[in-house]
Amino acid sequence: MHCPSTKEQLAPLCAPGINLSDLKEILCAGSCLPLLRAQGPVSGFQPQLGRLQVGLAERGRGAEAPPNHRSRISTFLDPFPRIMATGALHCFPPPPAEPRPGLLWRQDAATCRASRTQKSLRRPQQSNSTVLTPSTSAQSLSARSYLFVYLFVFFLIPSMEDSTALEQEEENQESGEEGRPWDDRTAASAQDPLPGLSESPESERGPDPGPQPGSSPPRSPPVGDLAGPGAPPPPPPPEPSSPPPALAGPHLAAPGQSDQTSSGIPEAGTPRPEHLQQQSSDKGASTPHQTCPSKGNAFQQFQQTPGHLCEPRGANGDTSKQGPRASIFREEDSESKHQLDGAEPELPSEPEAAPSMLEMAVQSAKAYLLKTSSASGLNLYDHLSNMLTRILDERPENAVDIIENISQDVKMAHFSKKLDTLQNENEMLPTYEIAEKQKALFLQGNLEGADQELEDEMAEPSLPNVMESAFYFEQAGVGLGSDEIYRIFLALKQLTDTHPIQRCRFWGKILGREMNYIVAEVEFHEGEDEEVEEEDVTEEKDNGESEGEEDDEEELPRSLYKAPQPIPREESRTGANKYVYFVCNEPGRPWVKLPSVTPAQIVAARKIKKFFTGRLDSPIISYPPFPGNESNYLRAQIARISAGTHVSPLGFYQFGEEEGEEEEEVESGRDNFEENPDFEGIQVVDLVESLSNWVHHVQHILPQGRCNWFNPIQKREEEEEDDDEEKEEKEESDYIEQEVGPPLLTPISEDLEIQDTPPWTTRLSSNLIPQYAIAVLRSNLWLGAYAFCNGKKFENLYIGWGHKYSPDSYAPPVPPPVSQEYPSGPDITESDDPSVEEEKAFREAQEAAALAAEENEESEEDEDDYD
Amino acid sequence: MDADSLLLSLELASGSGQGLSPDRRASLLTSLLLVKRDYRYSRVLFWGRILGLVADYYIAQGLDEDQLAPRKTLYSLNCMEWSLLPPATEEMITQTSVVKGRFMGDPSHEYEYTELQKMNEGDKVYEEEIVIRIKEETRLVSIIDQIDKAVAIIPRGALFKSPFGPTHVNRTFEGLTLSEAKKLSSYFHFREPIELKNKTLLEKADLDPSLDFMDSLEHDIPKGSWSIQMERGNALVVLRSLLWPGLTFYHAPGTKNCGYIYVGTGEKNMDLPFML
Repeated sequence: MHCPSTKEQLAPLCAPGINLSDLKEILCAGSCLPLLRAQGPVSGFQPQLGRLQVGLAERGRGAEAPPNHRSRISTFLDPFPRIMATGALHCFPPPPAEPRPGLLWRQDAATCRASRTQKSLRRPQQSNSTVLTPSTSAQSLSARSYLFVYLFVFFLIPSMEDSTALEQEEENQESGEEGRPWDDRTAASAQDPLPGLSESPESERGPDPGPQPGSSPPRSPPVGDLAGPGAPPPPPPPEPSSPPPALAGPHLAAPGQSDQTSSGIPEAGTPRPEHLQQQSSDKGASTPHQTCPSKGNAFQQFQQTPGHLCEPRGANGDTSKQGPRASIFREEDSESKHQLDGAEPELPSEPEAAPSMLEMAVQSAKAYLLKTSSASGLNLYDHLSNMLTRILDERPENAVDIIENISQDVKMAHFSKKLDTLQNENEMLPTYEIAEKQKALFLQGNLEGADQELEDEMAEPSLPNVMESAFYFEQAGVGLGSDEIYRIFLALKQLTDTHPIQRCRFWGKILGREMNYIVAEVEFHEGEDEEVEEEDVTEEKDNGESEGEEDDEEELPRSLYKAPQPIPREESRTGANKYVYFVCNEPGRPWVKLPSVTPAQIVAARKIKKFFTGRLDSPIISYPPFPGNESNYLRAQIARISAGTHVSPLGFYQFGEEEGEEEEEVESGRDNFEENPDFEGIQVVDLVESLSNWVHHVQHILPQGRCNWFNPIQKREEEEEDDDEEKEEKEESDYIEQEVGPPLLTPISEDLEIQDTPPWTTRLSSNLIPQYAIAVLRSNLWLGAYAFCNGKKFENLYIGWGHKYSPDSYAPPVPPPVSQEYPSGPDITESDDPSVEEEKAFREAQEAAALAAEENEESEEDEDDYD
Repeated sequence: MDADSLLLSLELASGSGQGLSPDRRASLLTSLLLVKRDYRYSRVLFWGRILGLVADYYIAQGLDEDQLAPRKTLYSLNCMEWSLLPPATEEMITQTSVVKGRFMGDPSHEYEYTELQKMNEGDKVYEEEIVIRIKEETRLVSIIDQIDKAVAIIPRGALFKSPFGPTHVNRTFEGLTLSEAKKLSSYFHFREPIELKNKTLLEKADLDPSLDFMDSLEHDIPKGSWSIQMERGNALVVLRSLLWPGLTFYHAPGTKNCGYIYVGTGEKNMDLPFML
């Protein structure tokens, strides 16, 4: 609030009679300007100044209406010039018991003299100014009057000092007497500080609480101040009736005078703040204001203000212990009340010099409040008034508790206007984009040819009833929101409409880091999957190219390493590629067909664990490296999840009749099944109690990465004969051990446990109404995989991250051992040189051997292989 | 998620595929109301569900006026009868950290853990197997506490700290803006701050003490442990924890609707560094 520089400037003031806390308050209440002005006189004539102040205040009283003057004084003494009060005290220490009367008395004495001279000096000048247009020259006038006053007081001091002590008691009585009549007369007002000063304030306050608030702040401790503003609402009703006469009468009678004072005050030079203040005070104390004409008020307020500011001084003589006083804001509040109550007729007689100083204080306080923030361009004044407006408009409960929020809201409201042009527009674009796309989903029924399709679908519906399944899954406590599922439903319809799809089902949803995948499992009509073969061709081309390169570099040493023959992927409609999968990120976005899965991808996918990003083309950075991008990884995981978790109630499917060939059965198990028309359903309870009533209807994927065993050795031989022929053929003879998985339609009760964890959890959807509950199957291996069966119908669904569960934490496989550069053997292995002893021993042995050989030629030496 | 707005919250959080069956929903709506009355909580949160092999634990939490005060945790197996869990202690957490695998769904189930301990008996030093029994209820307490501390989050501004210390629900919170909602820095850990104290003065300079009094997700370790997505065409922002898979936070930008729910196995994703 206050700037350090002023504090420094004020430092000398502290010495005689002012303590620091006083200074601070002054700084708070006013600002540098008045203090700077005050500094000169105060530092020079501390006591005198106090008297001066008082005298100025009393001047008018002596001349004109005494009671009102008293009020005037008290208001004067109110908020601002505590310095002076302390100064005065310093000079004339008042009796400890009754400080106030002492003060007052002195004031009277001083002012009697001061006022006389001042008045005569001042009058003519004041009369020049007009009510509504305060002249700017007022400033200079007031400055001059200042000087006068100071000079005047300076000379008066000695005599005053003599007289004061004597007159003190008289004055006390006088003030007491005067206070009461005045009180009665005006029947108003906060402005009767005089009684308050002379008599005990508390007793005085009791009877007329209405006026109190205005004057109370200075006298009572902060708490009282706070209470003050709260109190006014009730009192106003009586007030308006009595004060108006007081207001109107005096003011109308002596408008010139009242205006004079105001114009004589420097404030007049800067009218804007006043108006603002008036506005704010209007809001702050709306009731009082209703009675007063607005324009006149501004000036009244003015005249009151100084008084108000002065008041505490007087009060402070004894209340200075009460600690920091009301903040500006509070004072202003009370000010606004003063306006009403303290509309005294005798304003004209107000002393010129001191008020101007006080008004300066108020003025500069206002100026401070009006200072525009360099950061936001706002000022506190407007902000406070906006806040109060808002509070009064909205009347929130417990406004005081949420005042911070209101303040924030008001500020935000101020800024929101500026921000609503470009930025928001950009932000909202994606919202509209997806809405626009989804709109197409809802409108697709109107497309041409819809009737025909409808007929076709009636015959053999390719679209599943997603909503029905969703309902059952909801019973199980799984599934997406009904809104989302319906959009998916529509998206599936779009898919079946635009592709030659025989069967389609909602496979599930895989969560990704940036986006999610909605997966649809479809089966094309016969002969509709050309794309797959195209991919085959490209792959073969790749192989050809790489071989060509090798031929070019024939001179160079060729690596003997021969990569193991890649295991060919299964043909579409068989094994892991039995179905085709489409994914989209969000219903309404285009469906993307996933490429067929290769065994290598499945094998690699088993070794890695990566989160999906949601972008199909993003690379999979992993060890061991994954052959392909995210779409391949996604496809591999879908294949694994399907193989692991797609189950149906026992008996729902049966093996097709055409699979009679022994060879196929032996080798790959039967992979054809069809719906059993005679399926009669299984009791839900049985499904819950026994896992053997559930069977896998998707083929198990062998460690090789295929569902049907493929013999790589056989393949290699074939390849040597004919490189081009890559199509796998079912081999009858096995050279290496064949991988065998559980056959199709194996009960899930035979699934392996995951380290003591059962792979499946079954449950009834509801224990409350078991009669109509459904059986729910939850996979513990693939978290997020669920199946339900209500006896006849069943469905599988996966919603999750697409990772297999493992109780142990994942560890990437260790890299393979480093390959040998050349075969190691005795020929190329370096041996240690023999030591001397070894050589000796060797030589001796040789000699001995030679001797022996001579003796016995048949014998052979064995020490040759000595290294 | 707030028990009062359970249905709406579940709908908003349904994108992760974990909802509640109608009978569970209905019973929660009934029983949590009673919990609120009986335990005199000012606010009850439905915390989530821990999937067990046999049964699931449904977890609710009760909050006092001070939102950051230690939360009381209750669990139920049938969504009607709630039992209060003891507060988690450091000892509990270290003790249960050795337990691996899934929850059973039976609070009295005891995990057995054999620990090799070196025994000194005179000169001989030998290892002895000690079987430690850990009750599932203890594990439940410590897991909930860990999840709460690691991934319970709220948007910035949903709570405010009053000058007197306690934290309250910010009744004027009107949701994050769309651009804010896409940033991790707009979300806070719903717990007493830990990292905030370690920040430099410079970093703290721009913080609003009444709002920024908790740790933001921005500097969570490991980096990238949150998946932040806009769903329903920017009408909903969903944060999923990759560290504790199963935790879903939802917030509809521009509205007060926000909350989190955990539906998972109660196991931390230790593989996260490999998976990003």
